[in-house]
Amino acid sequence: MNKKIVKLKIKRQDKPDAQTYWQEFTIPYKERLNVIACLQDIQRNPTTQSGESVNPVTWDCNCLEEVCGSCTMLINGKVRQACTALIDSLEQPVLLEPMSKFPVVRDLQVDRSRMFENLKKVKAWVEIDGTHDIGEGPIMSDKVRAQRYALSECMSCGCCLEACPQFSLTNNFMGAATFSQVRLFNLHPSGSMLKEERLDAVMGEGGITDCGNAQVCVEVCPKSIPLTESIADIGRQTTLQTLKNIFVK
Amino acid sequence: MPKRKKKIIVIGGGLTGLSLAMKICERNAEVVIVSYQSLKRSHSVCAQGGINAAIDARNEGDSPENHFYDTIKGGDFLAHQPLVRDMCYQAPAIIHLLDRIGVAFNRTGEGHLEFRRFGGTLYSRTAFAGATTGQQLVYALDEQVRRFQHDGAVKTLEWHEYLGAVLDSQGICRGAVLQDLRTNTVFTLAGDAVVLATGGPGQVYVRSTNSTVNTGAAATMAYLQGARYGNGEFIQIHPTAIPGPDKLRLMSESARGEGGRLWVPRNAGDARPPKSIPDSGRNYFLEEKFPLFGNLVPRDVASREIHDIVYNQNLGIAGEPMVYLDLTHKSKDYLEDRLGGIIDIYKKFTGEDPKDVPMKIFPAVHYSMGGLWTDYETDGNGMIEHGSPRNQATSIPGLYAGGEADYQYHGANRLGANSLLSCIYTGLMMCRGIFTYIENQDKSVDDIPSTTFGDSRNHWESRLNEIKAMKGSENPYQLHRDLGDIMMGNVLIVRENKKLEKTIREIDDIKTRFKDVNCVDSTDWANPTPSFINQLYCMIELSRVITKGALMRDEFRGAHYKPEFDLKQPSKFDPHEYIDYLEKKNYGEVSEDAFPEGHLEYMKRFEANNDNWLKSTIAEYKNNKPEISYEPVDTSIVTPRPRKYD
Ligand SMILES: Cc1cc2nc3c(=O)[nH]c(=O)nc-3n(C[C@H](O)[C@H](O)[C@H](O)COP(=O)(O)OP(=O)(O)OC[C@H]3O[C@@H](n4cnc5c(N)ncnc54)[C@H](O)[C@@H]3O)c2cc1C
Ligand code: SF4
Ligand code: SF4
Ligand code: FES
Repeated sequence: MNKKIVKLKIKRQDKPDAQTYWQEFTIPYKERLNVIACLQDIQRNPTTQSGESVNPVTWDCNCLEEVCGSCTMLINGKVRQACTALIDSLEQPVLLEPMSKFPVVRDLQVDRSRMFENLKKVKAWVEIDGTHDIGEGPIMSDKVRAQRYALSECMSCGCCLEACPQFSLTNNFMGAATFSQVRLFNLHPSGSMLKEERLDAVMGEGGITDCGNAQVCVEVCPKSIPLTESIADIGRQTTLQTLKNIFVK
Repeated sequence: MPKRKKKIIVIGGGLTGLSLAMKICERNAEVVIVSYQSLKRSHSVCAQGGINAAIDARNEGDSPENHFYDTIKGGDFLAHQPLVRDMCYQAPAIIHLLDRIGVAFNRTGEGHLEFRRFGGTLYSRTAFAGATTGQQLVYALDEQVRRFQHDGAVKTLEWHEYLGAVLDSQGICRGAVLQDLRTNTVFTLAGDAVVLATGGPGQVYVRSTNSTVNTGAAATMAYLQGARYGNGEFIQIHPTAIPGPDKLRLMSESARGEGGRLWVPRNAGDARPPKSIPDSGRNYFLEEKFPLFGNLVPRDVASREIHDIVYNQNLGIAGEPMVYLDLTHKSKDYLEDRLGGIIDIYKKFTGEDPKDVPMKIFPAVHYSMGGLWTDYETDGNGMIEHGSPRNQATSIPGLYAGGEADYQYHGANRLGANSLLSCIYTGLMMCRGIFTYIENQDKSVDDIPSTTFGDSRNHWESRLNEIKAMKGSENPYQLHRDLGDIMMGNVLIVRENKKLEKTIREIDDIKTRFKDVNCVDSTDWANPTPSFINQLYCMIELSRVITKGALMRDEFRGAHYKPEFDLKQPSKFDPHEYIDYLEKKNYGEVSEDAFPEGHLEYMKRFEANNDNWLKSTIAEYKNNKPEISYEPVDTSIVTPRPRKYD
């Protein structure tokens, strides 16, 4: 492989309803480059490999250290964060495409507001009486804390949804990230007070029963969130809830 | 005051903006939150190590008063004391609130909050959620805001950019000019007050520990519209980050709080792998020089020492500007549990595991102690009058600021884990005062003629159109890099007047080149380039504020180190001698032999220097330039004295 240059092939789209097209770029190689550094290089010299001046490629990013979830895209066909995609470990030309399960805004930018709408549907929060000083929070064992922490690292990046065979642009499947958040809040002593409402929300359309258990979601999660466990656990919780609904209602 | 609900526009969805929005909703007013990106992706998610509160969970004798003193001393006495004191007293309640809303803070055996040590204090005062505390706090507050969104009390305008304030004929802020970052349309939003919770300006240096949106443009625009900017020259350089071509990724101070040690090989040429260098061949330079605080000296001190080891003593690893940050003596499980977040970052970017090999790190631009000048009112007992409309008010009426965007909590150097606290404290605290401000207005925003809004919109529309029409030869993204290189070269850890003078001329050159910018994208859908060019303009203006402030401040205080003005503290000096000296002075002439040799002279130098420089720097934009003046700092609670950490 030529170590002096980096070749990129980028799928572009000017507007949501516009045609897509590919462009190729060559940039000088530097040590420890990641995909975002390459895109920044293109901003400084927006010229394709064939010498044509073009608009710089647009993409989303912020933290550059894989905690904000902004820069998710398909890199050589695999969904992941661009900031931690190091050029030294990628085959060239590096293929960049926007995620396919969310509407494209422009180039590599997509609109993931659906993820946040789902968080509303399942009431992914703890109801509190107010923000005034009413003393300490609930006592919680560090074991439960550790379990919750692992789930609460979800940065809503959307990798698990992109990879999921059930999740598509047009249906309303909630996806693994949402189920996992239900588990997170049901694990919290005061959060669990909304447990039943949350379970009802994932028992409806697009909910947990639509999950085919293909388990690809867990393989692509950059934060190693135990999604399969969450899906199984929420499956159990909803089964119990169904029984309860039958007997209590 | 209008009969309808109060309407407040909050710019920024980091910790400051989120906590304020939550409070406003709770008090039954309307809030619009504006942010470049989804709130959940704000820069605050980067914070790793933790948040301070003197809960004294470990029975070490800690108290809010100690927290207050450490913060003031850490900031080299440049912070306004009543505010800091109030913040430290509110801190325990803030942590409990965060715990109640579900933050996964690490816990003790009994299930209470666990605390760890951080820099600049001898107490375990830092609550933490692994090494991703900022992320966990943002998520929890974002969830609370989402809860109110669900109830319809809050409107979020994500993917929107704040361009400037709408000012009426009397200079009162009546709303905000925004740009939809997808449709690229410009519009105004009327509000009873506008709050800038827009974070810090790390991008002025290009490479820093900050996120890419941290251009400081919103605060700078307020300065360009007439707001005062305080202490701009105080930029914190964090001692431990991974060097890199695009970003300098932070390795949190919590690594040292959990026992991490800084060292270099004792002999300059020692090329052995770090693990095979025995203790006798290692120079634990902070532990040797500061036996009391060791690796947990404040950041300004640690960064200067690393700079000295690397550049003056030429002891950097293999001759490179790097030193070791060593955690390998701790158990792997412990490290994964407490520091997993940063260990992953180090592994992902360098390919090495800090649990097995010492990390290689170097200082990096991290935080701005300076920011928009904001006001406050005390209750006469050293605490803050929480309902005062002056709290967190900028010098433009109706425009407020908080979090990293303001200037008043951290003096000349911020202590670790105090920023998350000041962000949430200001967010929660300022709400009441803003309400009072709105209630006191004799003319409401509803009475302002629509032309005021129309004019503001037209101004910004034509400004962006002018930018789009720029077809010069300078690439704006390259020009930004060049600005960053200049700032990085000369306005960093060690500052010299000759270099600062040169920097001012170099920034002027950048300003000239700016006129010849080429707007490389002139399309009208989701086009980020015109915005960026406008932000670049702001960064150039802010770099002038920072550099001019640094040039004019002829002293050494906190993060602002000018070797030429180092007062050279005698090595055996005890800060209490200074209090003693002040007391003795009250009774007349102090004789030489009342103190060890050289100490009296040093104390007189210290006193004279404080008379000259214990002042806040205020920059105002006049005649197209920053005009600098100074104003007194409120030191009414503890007497400023020399800092010492050994
Ligand atoms: C790597 C790292 C680690 C850190 N670790 C710690 C720590 O452990 N403890 C600690 O106390 N502090 C830490 N800090 C500091 C702390 O994270 C920040 O100071 C703090 O998060 C700033 O919060 P904020 O609410 O003021 O602003 P930010 O979180 O920066 O949020 C600013 C918001 O304003 C929006 N915005 C800005 N300008 C505009 C505009 N023009 N238009 C629209 N929206 C705009 C942004 O989109 C964003 O939503 C760390 C900092 C870094 C960089
Ligand atoms: S298990 Fe399969 S179907 Fe279910 S969420 Fe994961 S990827 Fe989708
Ligand atoms: S669960 Fe993992 S892959 Fe899915 S959104 Fe969260 S962090 Fe991303
Ligand atoms: S930029 Fe934040 S995850 Fe990549």
